[in-house]
Amino acid sequence: MQLNRIGQHTILLPNRPRIVSSAAIAGKKEGAGPLRDDYDQIIDDDLFGEETWEKAESRFQYAAADLAIRKSGLTHEQIDAALGGDLLDQIMAASLAVRELHTPFIGLYGACSTMAESLCLASMLTDGGYLRHAVCTASSHFCTAERQYRFPLEYGCQRPPTAQWTVTGAGSAVVSSDERLPAICRSTHVTLGRIVDMAIKDANNMGAAMAPAAADTLSRHLSDTGRTAADYDLIITGDLGRVGHDLLLTLMQERGMPLDQTRYIDCGLEVFSPSQDTHAGGSGCGCSAVTLCGHIFHRFQKGELRRVLFMATGALLSPTSSQQGDTIPGIAHAIALEADS
Amino acid sequence: MFDKKAKPGPARQRQLDRYAQLVDKLSPKSALGQGLVRAFITGGSVCTLGQVFIELGQRYLDMTVTTSVTFASMMIVFITALLTGVGVFDLIAKYGGAGAFVPISGFANAMVSPAMEFRREGLVLGLGAKLFTIAGPVLVWGISISVVVGVIYAIMPW
Amino acid sequence: MTTLLLNLFKAFAVGGAICVIGEFLVLKTKLTPARILVGYIVLGVILSAVGIYGPLVDFAGAGATIPLTGFGHALTTGVKKAVQEIGILGAFTGGLTSTAAGIAAAVFFGTLTALLFKPHPKE
Repeated sequence: MQLNRIGQHTILLPNRPRIVSSAAIAGKKEGAGPLRDDYDQIIDDDLFGEETWEKAESRFQYAAADLAIRKSGLTHEQIDAALGGDLLDQIMAASLAVRELHTPFIGLYGACSTMAESLCLASMLTDGGYLRHAVCTASSHFCTAERQYRFPLEYGCQRPPTAQWTVTGAGSAVVSSDERLPAICRSTHVTLGRIVDMAIKDANNMGAAMAPAAADTLSRHLSDTGRTAADYDLIITGDLGRVGHDLLLTLMQERGMPLDQTRYIDCGLEVFSPSQDTHAGGSGCGCSAVTLCGHIFHRFQKGELRRVLFMATGALLSPTSSQQGDTIPGIAHAIALEADS
Repeated sequence: MFDKKAKPGPARQRQLDRYAQLVDKLSPKSALGQGLVRAFITGGSVCTLGQVFIELGQRYLDMTVTTSVTFASMMIVFITALLTGVGVFDLIAKYGGAGAFVPISGFANAMVSPAMEFRREGLVLGLGAKLFTIAGPVLVWGISISVVVGVIYAIMPW
Repeated sequence: MTTLLLNLFKAFAVGGAICVIGEFLVLKTKLTPARILVGYIVLGVILSAVGIYGPLVDFAGAGATIPLTGFGHALTTGVKKAVQEIGILGAFTGGLTSTAAGIAAAVFFGTLTALLFKPHPKE
């Protein structure tokens, strides 16, 4: 049997599955941010017409998936599987969203790495011929994340300068093996993340908890593929924020694989402008999802990008593990995307 | 990590310490002076408002000292509940920090905010059960220690 | 009039100072606000029991009673008074009796607010 693997941990996708469409739906604060022109829809009502924040988040995710599928020209029935997740207990937003899609469902929990995790898995499954068309989704909502991980919205507290702001929004992309569908870009390599824990306990400094995992995945990817950072037009991390962004630059420098600052971006720093008072930047599954499915894919379509490495990071803590005094496990999944030539 | 006695080896520990230092170096810090000044102004103002109610009670409402103190606390609780309800208290706390949460206003906000937030999970298991999630520990430990003090006092009054 | 202004000023200064200590703990230690509040009330109970907090209340009025240490002080004074009246049983009745108004107000106004208002998303 032929193994589609190179190096120690990297998966090769010989059929180069196609990302055929995408949709990004963002909340009001995100809609006022620097990427406002890249969103398909900006929803000013944080409740999205629903009764609860959780239902609103679910609706964000459904709306993104539905729009991505419609943009691909496919019908819901033609989608062989939905792969998605979010930050809520029992990934409630994804389950309730896919309930309306009526597709087979693979629920994922990768904290804020979910968009990369779902794209990695969907690319592997379509590449292997197990799925023809798959839809990947991820969402987060400021209000659902606050009440689950931190405090009620009206509770008065100060956020430290290292804290990040959970993005309200959802991104979705359709991955397909169908050669007849025009591709935005194609996935070529997947490097799955290992859990790296450098004993960070501060839940208000997620970037510090996740940066070592990003450095681990990135260096494994580069040595497996024999590439350098310069082989990518852009290396994109998910939501390391200001602190994690700077840490990753330092860590890669120390590993002898320095990153070019002009070709390394973090979605958490792209999605909000410094004037929006988010402190260290954006976070949440929705952060990398709306940035990739909106801004990055648009740049592929405009021909500005030829090859990128999308690497979303996740902090796999739970309120329970934090209260029990455990440290924060970090993870980062990477997928290499190339323009269709 | 599942072995309770296992400690990180010296090399690993050095690596962790180095990383902790790097994180500390690259993480922005809160402005200490500004935080303290704002806490002083906010906390002082809340207490001054309390004093206004104490003076009001004693001078115009014919209250005893003890009653006026209780009256002032209740008024601060009431005002906090209202400000929390209309969504202003969290802005005051964002500015004032401990100046807003150390006075009894913080105690009130800690009860009102989860009650509002979890109202959607129902009147009993939502609002009713969550009312004490943040403020509960204060009552649990305050009351428990006061019982201990009371028992000691009953045995040997000073 | 001057006593009034002096009382208000003392409340401001002492109350502000007590809050500054809390803010210092927030910014300089890993303590969460919840832990600091528990610390404050326990400290209030103990300082009152050893006779330090009472004089501070006499001096600063609301500056000492409105911070959560004042809540602890109220627990202790209630317990002491009840123990004097009914003996050791008072250790259990006194604290809640003296703080009942504050707790009941918070429960009642909290419930009322939750019924009347919805949480607001943050900008």
